Amino acid sequence: MAECVGVDSNTSGHSMDKSITLPPDEIFRNLENAKRFAIDIGGSLTKLAYYSTVQHKVAKVRSFDTTAKAPNDKLYEISVQEEVTARLHFIKFENAYIETCLDFIKDHLVNTETKVIKATGGGAHKFKELIEKKLGLNVDKEDEMTCLIKGCNFVLKNIPHEAFVYARHADSEFRFQTANPDIFPYLLVNIGSGVSIVKVESEDQFERIGGSSIGGGTFWGLGALLTKTKRFDELLQLASKGQHTNVDMLVKDIYGGSYGCLGLTGDLIASSFGKSATADKEFSKEDMAKSLLHMISNDIGQLACLYAKLHNLSRVYFGGFFIRGHPVTMHTITYSINFFTKGEVQALFLRHEGYLGAIGAFLKGAEEDNPNQYSWGENYAGSSGLMSVSPDMNPMQRARSGTFDMLEMDRLERQLVNLPLLQDPSSYIPDTVDLTEDALARDYWLYCFEDALDGVVKRAVASQPDIPEAVVRAEKFRQKYRHKLLTLRHQPFAYGSLTVRSLLDTREHCLNEFNFPDPYSKIKQRENDMALKHYQRTVESLDALSWEDRQFALVSGVLAGNVFDWGAKAVSDVLESDPGFGFEQCALFFVDNSGVDIILGVMPFVRELLSRGTEVVLASNSGPALNDVTNGELQILTERIAAMDPVLQAGLQEDRLTLVQSGSSSPCLDLSRLDKVLAMVVRERQTDLVIIEGMGRAIHTNYYATLSCESLKMAVIKNSWLADRLGGKLFSVVFKYEVPLGKVHHNGATLMLS
Amino acid sequence: TSNQNTSVMDKNGAPAGGSGLFHVNNGQTPSRFHGPVVVAANGGANSSSYDGMHHLHRGEDTECNGSPAKRCRLRRRTESVRRHRPPFPWFGMDIGGTLVKLVYFEPVDITAEEEQEEVENLKSIRRYLTSNVAYGKTGVRDVHLELRNMTMCGRTGNLHFIRFPTQAMPRFIQMGRDKNFSSLHTTLCATGGGAYKFENEFRMMADLELLKLDELDCLIRGLLFVDRMGFNGHPECYYFQNPSDTQSCVKKPCTLDNPFPMLLVNIGSGVSILAVYSENNYKRVTGTSLGGGTFLGLCCLLTGCETFEEALEMASKGDSTNVDKLVKDIYGGDYERFGLQGSAVASSFGHMMSKEKRDSISKEDLARATLVTITNNIGSIARMCAVNERIERVVFVGNFLRINTVSTKLLAYAMDFWSKGQLRALFLEHEGYFGAVGALMELLKPTDDL
Repeated sequence: MAECVGVDSNTSGHSMDKSITLPPDEIFRNLENAKRFAIDIGGSLTKLAYYSTVQHKVAKVRSFDTTAKAPNDKLYEISVQEEVTARLHFIKFENAYIETCLDFIKDHLVNTETKVIKATGGGAHKFKELIEKKLGLNVDKEDEMTCLIKGCNFVLKNIPHEAFVYARHADSEFRFQTANPDIFPYLLVNIGSGVSIVKVESEDQFERIGGSSIGGGTFWGLGALLTKTKRFDELLQLASKGQHTNVDMLVKDIYGGSYGCLGLTGDLIASSFGKSATADKEFSKEDMAKSLLHMISNDIGQLACLYAKLHNLSRVYFGGFFIRGHPVTMHTITYSINFFTKGEVQALFLRHEGYLGAIGAFLKGAEEDNPNQYSWGENYAGSSGLMSVSPDMNPMQRARSGTFDMLEMDRLERQLVNLPLLQDPSSYIPDTVDLTEDALARDYWLYCFEDALDGVVKRAVASQPDIPEAVVRAEKFRQKYRHKLLTLRHQPFAYGSLTVRSLLDTREHCLNEFNFPDPYSKIKQRENDMALKHYQRTVESLDALSWEDRQFALVSGVLAGNVFDWGAKAVSDVLESDPGFGFEQCALFFVDNSGVDIILGVMPFVRELLSRGTEVVLASNSGPALNDVTNGELQILTERIAAMDPVLQAGLQEDRLTLVQSGSSSPCLDLSRLDKVLAMVVRERQTDLVIIEGMGRAIHTNYYATLSCESLKMAVIKNSWLADRLGGKLFSVVFKYEVPLGKVHHNGATLMLS
Repeated sequence: TSNQNTSVMDKNGAPAGGSGLFHVNNGQTPSRFHGPVVVAANGGANSSSYDGMHHLHRGEDTECNGSPAKRCRLRRRTESVRRHRPPFPWFGMDIGGTLVKLVYFEPVDITAEEEQEEVENLKSIRRYLTSNVAYGKTGVRDVHLELRNMTMCGRTGNLHFIRFPTQAMPRFIQMGRDKNFSSLHTTLCATGGGAYKFENEFRMMADLELLKLDELDCLIRGLLFVDRMGFNGHPECYYFQNPSDTQSCVKKPCTLDNPFPMLLVNIGSGVSILAVYSENNYKRVTGTSLGGGTFLGLCCLLTGCETFEEALEMASKGDSTNVDKLVKDIYGGDYERFGLQGSAVASSFGHMMSKEKRDSISKEDLARATLVTITNNIGSIARMCAVNERIERVVFVGNFLRINTVSTKLLAYAMDFWSKGQLRALFLEHEGYFGAVGALMELLKPTDDL
């Protein structure tokens, strides 16, 4: 009974606006190599999608030929290479700009062989000729609902923190849901001009189980008649200022109070517009708009609940132009769902709801490239984030502002999956502190990152001493990241839950965007060289120690190679409290920094494990992040160490020591998005111990992660604020050993020592 | 009222179902009664009182020839009824959000002796109500609904159905004071929200004490009673044959012989939806605030009309497809992928997003679209409830359906079409009066104090 997505576009009342000039650096990026276009034209917004390749500089390490000793006796050489990666671009803009945008695309599209543009949305037919004329592409229409569902599945699978619950009066309005690996089945309630209620059971299986003709079009059409207000956004503004009780007949208007025996409170609406059945009174536009909004939201909420109940579904997502990020409608829908299900069902909204149709249409066109076999990641540098346009902005201003909203998704080289050893993947939250909820922590960390920005810029420039224009790029990076931090200060929810991890990742994305692929490469190289020189001596002195002393020295070594005066006895007590410790089948070790940490800390520890008969899988980053050791670097380092250490040599030869990449380029660790190969190795080796090292991986993330096997989290707290938060001092050491419930007589132990 | 309530109510604790459709009173007569009231029962002592009344009306005295002892008990009871019968006038009142519904029992078996004894006040009330069809500016007697020559509580008479806007309530109370109603020592049984809202006014202004009754209890009791009584020899209930075909769609009488379970959809200002399993066992499944009040309220704002009759008159002349956006307006025809007909409404008032269309629309079209929107929505929610509750019989009542064949036919069609013939929509002739009848029955409620 309802239209799927868009509204007939002739209703929006925009005239073509050709006066704007588009900033080419910021929107429609990488158009030169664009291929596979898709467009979703709704009632007022156009969403364009294209696939493009991005050339990036990446730092590569290559081992020198060991036989011909290089004069500079460096371990490996660093070279910056051009790498081509795939990226999806999605741009959202007002329909008024469509012609300007098409012209722009035509002018910048260089080497495309594309002949077809996939189109969906109610306005697709209206602009068909224009698109074909301007771009010279054939418009190929796709079913709206199919596109919508495809897009929805895609974002739910690929974007962590895609879905959220809206709570207007809570400390944080947006409560993001942890990505459940199992996204099906769910109910999608799409509120376009009408309402469609769709049950989605799998990637290709969905059914429209119901709908209603009372939807966004009813709000808009009826609202325009009642208030003489033409624009949808203006109507919502009116509604947000109105008092519905002046127009609606409430239970207390009929009863004088509540209808006690049915539990109906006096403030409930008994009859929408029930008070307006009189000719003697004038009603304000605001009040009527508010009453209308309540009427329609409640009605949709009620139907959604009835369908959810009938089909026994608890995940209900809402989308469509009626929702499209409008706080007012998200609030009224949430209220209605709470009311009708008594809180049993939560109304869920999507961060990229506006893009679903365009994403789906794009995926339809790209089926031969099989985009679903890859993992994709939201690029924080190129994406605008939620509420890039403030909903409070006057709608007239907003229409003129020419704001373009963007989403960019990088195709990840590796397919990402859950760590098989997670106790409960559906409840796993990588991040220790949610800065969206914790205002104090948020202020602190945002300040920290801003404060550190100068240093990062300097480091970036220093990493490319031979390239004069690096200064300019570094400055652009500074502006970009500072702008992101500013946005996050006002809209901490812009990219899902704000966390230390997301702040770090955003910085990495921004650095990459301005071709600073690995600012630490030279530092890492130097430190690795240095540390390697001490390896043999370190191993020898460790071997000279008694077992107990050695264990302690090994652990302290891992802890960034620093020497601490900490309770050695306490550590060995922990280790000895589980007689099984040290007799694991296989240990998975997520490593942290280059230099002393990996070479003099981790490697001797690995050596000890190997000599006890425990297999070791060393997981390192796929791409660079800060001074973290990358998989490429670790390969070379391990070879070098093995050349001087027979234990490691044997381990490599006998396949008891394996190097894998984590799939990540972050200083933090998300155990729900790891390289598929890693997961496979973990399963094959029957891994029964996971060691996570470093602040980023063991404190900022995974501090509370529960695994189904033994785990050891080790880090030095190098931040006094955080140390304080966790109840310790600066340079405290966290040593958290946990055994899953039921596996062993005790539950592990946490040490925090200064 | 929009709410959901799933608790099963059984006010008298009577078992659900069972053979007796009407509850046997268990002695819970409210103390405010002037005396015990027993309804005449000419049937066996074991048969329930209202059943007996029903039989009397139809002249089916099948159980009259019982044993001497039985006959003796019966005679005693008849006398008791006479003694404890509440004094006239007999009223039942339902004060809703928009309309007040009043039923009045006019005794036609008044003896000369009674006539003489009857106080002038009472006489004038009777004459005023029965000799007029309109009261003041807004009061109306629905003469066509009058139930003639029926017997209640051992008396024969006519049941009159009167309505007036709730807005006129203060004037009504004023009248009660002017006519010195309180001197009649009658109990005014009232239900609906207004029974609570206006309780104080009745007391302060007119020295009248209301007996407040739950509106859903009254609705069900009144509905079942009127259905059993029949409509002056004709069935009270009807449905539409061939609801999907406007040409051959005809109204057909029927009976609610075995009414349970039924989904009862009461469309007043707002809508309540009940699942009824027996007279005393029902639950309020849900409700919606989009009801008759919404139709009239929106129509008044959109067209400047002032009354329900005006709004319906306009709606009957309008064409909603000028206002609503249909599936075919968007897809050019059927949306086959989802089995949606081109003629289905995709977006109510959807055309009104366009200024040109807003400027070219008639008031009649707007009224029709409002009516169709509200009706379809009620149909849609009712259908979902019926499916969720696994009930196939959906009974629509309430004053929204008065002189409103557009809606009744649309509901009949919607139930039939969207359920693929699984659900049947039923309607009742006395649409909005069951609450008031139920309230009157409380006044005449039998007691067991023999």
